[in-house]
Amino acid sequence: MTASLQAKHPEAAASAALPAASGTQWPDQVYEVLKAAGINQMSYVPDAGHTTLIHRFSADPEVVTNVLTTEEEGIAIAAGSWLGGKRSVVLMQSSGVGNCINMLSLPVQARFPLLILVTMRGEWAEFNPWQVPMGQATGASLRAIGLRVLRAETGADLVDTVAQAASMAFDADQQIAVLIGQRLLGKKKW
Amino acid sequence: MAVKKLLDARDGALVVTGLGSPSYDVHAAGDRDDNYYLWGAMGGAALVGLGLAQAQPQRRVMVITGDGEQLMAFGSLATISVARPTNLDLIVLDNQHFGETGMQSSHTGRGISFDKVASACGFAEVAELRSLEEVDALCERLRRPAEGPRLFVLKITAENLPRSLPPRDAVAVKNRFRAHLGFATC
Repeated sequence: MTASLQAKHPEAAASAALPAASGTQWPDQVYEVLKAAGINQMSYVPDAGHTTLIHRFSADPEVVTNVLTTEEEGIAIAAGSWLGGKRSVVLMQSSGVGNCINMLSLPVQARFPLLILVTMRGEWAEFNPWQVPMGQATGASLRAIGLRVLRAETGADLVDTVAQAASMAFDADQQIAVLIGQRLLGKKKW
Repeated sequence: MAVKKLLDARDGALVVTGLGSPSYDVHAAGDRDDNYYLWGAMGGAALVGLGLAQAQPQRRVMVITGDGEQLMAFGSLATISVARPTNLDLIVLDNQHFGETGMQSSHTGRGISFDKVASACGFAEVAELRSLEEVDALCERLRRPAEGPRLFVLKITAENLPRSLPPRDAVAVKNRFRAHLGFATC
């Protein structure tokens, strides 16, 4: 990797130093199914559970990536992307869902295809109590604003769920969030 | 008048408008398939523009929004600067007031200058304009290639003009915009 590439994708260099995701293949498989679904733009607020996806997309010359200051930016970017003929995915943690609610009126009302992958906090072996309120409200909040909410608890289930969610989003004009259970992500080390 | 000048000189640019008077002003200059009007999602205009600019790198994208709408997307200037599109121009129609809700004074009337904020974020070009002659010069400037994102503040009079309301059927406006670019509806 060249120095200039590292400067352009600092997260790629950072994640390369992290250990592999405890012997599991699902993060790479999720990347593969998103690529197969024609995803060519990705926006994110980082989360440890999205490390591999951020790394793979950032290193992919076919994909435009955006690091966001707050999650709702990704919802608007995804809408603009679809206006211009691209397919976008937005990565965030459950705490970020709360930041998105009013911006989600754009894809819901204009029926823009939308695919969000949400890593869950505040629901399983959570150490930080501040994560619990939004974690517990994530699914209900998304449903309340009009999104379809899917959820996966195992790696294999997640790969299948993301594949069909991408199909429903872009082929059937749906706005979909896939919640990735904290039990699957594992306990954060403090 | 300033918006009409910018749109008459758009030269194929795709246009996204922010909630409130900017959407009315752009519609008043002529409803077109290559306009996308936001009627809500406050803070979304600049970022819809970014997504569109990244998806259509060969086309120029012009976002026309207000000071209140852009204030809600303050962080977008950091995101756009880092993304570094060379085909995205943000036009902030700055009347220093929240015109849609009763003309309350906004931050831009209390010392916040979007051209300075954008400059600090690393935008390639910024300026604050106060006359129609300067808008004429801006129309020429926008035709030239950019090194990165550009932001121009048009200081305008705070007034409530008769409204020219764009269509509110967001699905129809989306579909006609995509059709203009040759894309299917779904």
